[in-house]
Amino acid sequence: MSAALTNAAPSVRPAFRPWRFIRRNPTLAAGLFILAIMVTVALLAPLIAGDPLRMQPAQRLRPPSAQYWLGTDSLGRDVFARLVYGARVSLLVGLSVATFSILIGLTIGLLAGFFRTADAIVMRIMDGLMAIPAILLAIAMVSLSRASLLVVIIAITIPEIPRVVRLVRSVVLSVREQPFVEAAIAGGAPTWKILLRHIMPSTFPPLIVQATYVCASAILIEASLSFLGAGTPPEIPTWGNMVSSSRLFLSRAPWTIFAPGLALALVVLAVNLVGDGLRDRLDPRLARRM
Amino acid sequence: MLAYVIRRLLSTLIVMAIVGIFVFLLLHLSPGDPAAIIAGDNATPEQITGIRQRLGLEDPLPVQFLRWFGHIAQGDLGVSIFSNEPVLKLVGQRLEPTISLALTTLLIAVTLAVTLGVLAAWKADTWVDRLLMVVSVLGFSVPGFVVGYLLIYVFAIELRWLPVQGYTPIAEGVVPWARNLVLPSVTLGLAYVALIARITRASMLDVLAEDYIRTAKAKGVANQSMLLKHALKNAGVPIVTVIGIGVALLFSGVVITETVFNIPGIGRLVVDAIAKRDYPIIQGVILIFSGVYVLVNLIVDLSYTLIDPRIRY
Repeated sequence: MSAALTNAAPSVRPAFRPWRFIRRNPTLAAGLFILAIMVTVALLAPLIAGDPLRMQPAQRLRPPSAQYWLGTDSLGRDVFARLVYGARVSLLVGLSVATFSILIGLTIGLLAGFFRTADAIVMRIMDGLMAIPAILLAIAMVSLSRASLLVVIIAITIPEIPRVVRLVRSVVLSVREQPFVEAAIAGGAPTWKILLRHIMPSTFPPLIVQATYVCASAILIEASLSFLGAGTPPEIPTWGNMVSSSRLFLSRAPWTIFAPGLALALVVLAVNLVGDGLRDRLDPRLARRM
Repeated sequence: MLAYVIRRLLSTLIVMAIVGIFVFLLLHLSPGDPAAIIAGDNATPEQITGIRQRLGLEDPLPVQFLRWFGHIAQGDLGVSIFSNEPVLKLVGQRLEPTISLALTTLLIAVTLAVTLGVLAAWKADTWVDRLLMVVSVLGFSVPGFVVGYLLIYVFAIELRWLPVQGYTPIAEGVVPWARNLVLPSVTLGLAYVALIARITRASMLDVLAEDYIRTAKAKGVANQSMLLKHALKNAGVPIVTVIGIGVALLFSGVVITETVFNIPGIGRLVVDAIAKRDYPIIQGVILIFSGVYVLVNLIVDLSYTLIDPRIRY
């Protein structure tokens, strides 16, 4: 089926027209635009911002000014510099968790969907994992190890896996009954080839959409963990740590809380917009309803 | 029906057993010596040995597991390392604020979300619908603690309409109790409202496309009665399902909301336990929250027959 479609398409790819793309995919374009700015800022952090760790006790809780664009926090640290460096952690966590949970979830989901014997056991384990609130599971894991970014990434990845497994499994269950899979089995293709070549590609469109939602949720959970004091070590500037260390200064220095808060909301919104936009493109039937 | 209930109960028990295994293994498969980590950086070797003995970490793993599971099955969730009190007692002392918060949130969120979802579906593809969907994406994107601090800043610090933080037991008067719960409930409910409103809209759109709705319209049934009696009733199953699944979201949110608003509930108990590395408390609360989640979803499953009499088991 896919071969026929490819042949029918014109052999010369039409030129990319940015305005047409934006007009037809406004949510996707808006999300990508915000994310592109965020990624650029995160990558160029040392060029854009000053030292996020330098404390100046004489400059505590200064409101936004020409020198400190977003003011200073209770230890006299530059909020803008910390915000810029914090973007690195949020984006890194979002990307890593999305990648790891999709890779692991895809593997488990393919096997569970295809082999009936494994299915019952694997799905009960996934049900058990899903019953544990994600933040609590992550808190338990982080509080049992020495805090580090890697532990945080692992602790957020594990509760995300069951959702991916369920999605992949449901696709596999419907695809494995399709005539082209039957034909492959009848043709004597080895099992691994059926799984990887014939079944796996069907999981990609929903998985790409799911990956964006996992990424958004991971960024939120990382910030929440840092906020609760069970996340990234406090010496690393993250948006959650920034809010956490400024909690007592809400009325005196609201910018110390709302600057990182707004940044978080913006980046998660951008990732969600990309997800919604991709879903509209990849699954038009669902798009109308959600 | 009875056979289904029994089967469903059994699978609930299996899921809870798996949750138990996870929580148990977490302590034992984490890298490093859990006793040393729980004891903290300045602990003496004697203190570490003490903790190891208290948690029974010196026995073989299967022995430890069976002993632990035996205690759990009898309702014994262990003893706090820091205060030496039984975990169940500590949780019991914190129960009222958390239940108050969860129930008011559930009530406000479900009423609001279903209303908005029905409205969005009824006015599909108009500006009302688009606005509601934009707001719902925002509800997913803004972290709970940011919403909380924003509400405190506007309504408690600037406008002084509501108390900044804290909790008043219901025994000391319903009005102070409610005043303290308004901002936390809105904070906790926002993501939940977004989730339920989206599903309600989707489910309603499906039903509104059915022939019997067109018939109802054709014979002149009033809009309100058409939406509520004909459509919403038939759109109920996915809505109730997502309310059940969303309870997990609510529990994660409780931990954050109670921290922001300084509410002495179970969530706050966990957060205090993180700082003290009081693992039995964290373990116990995970088991309780997971248990309630599984139970709620069992009830949701069984309620399908009430919502939709066509469903028979």
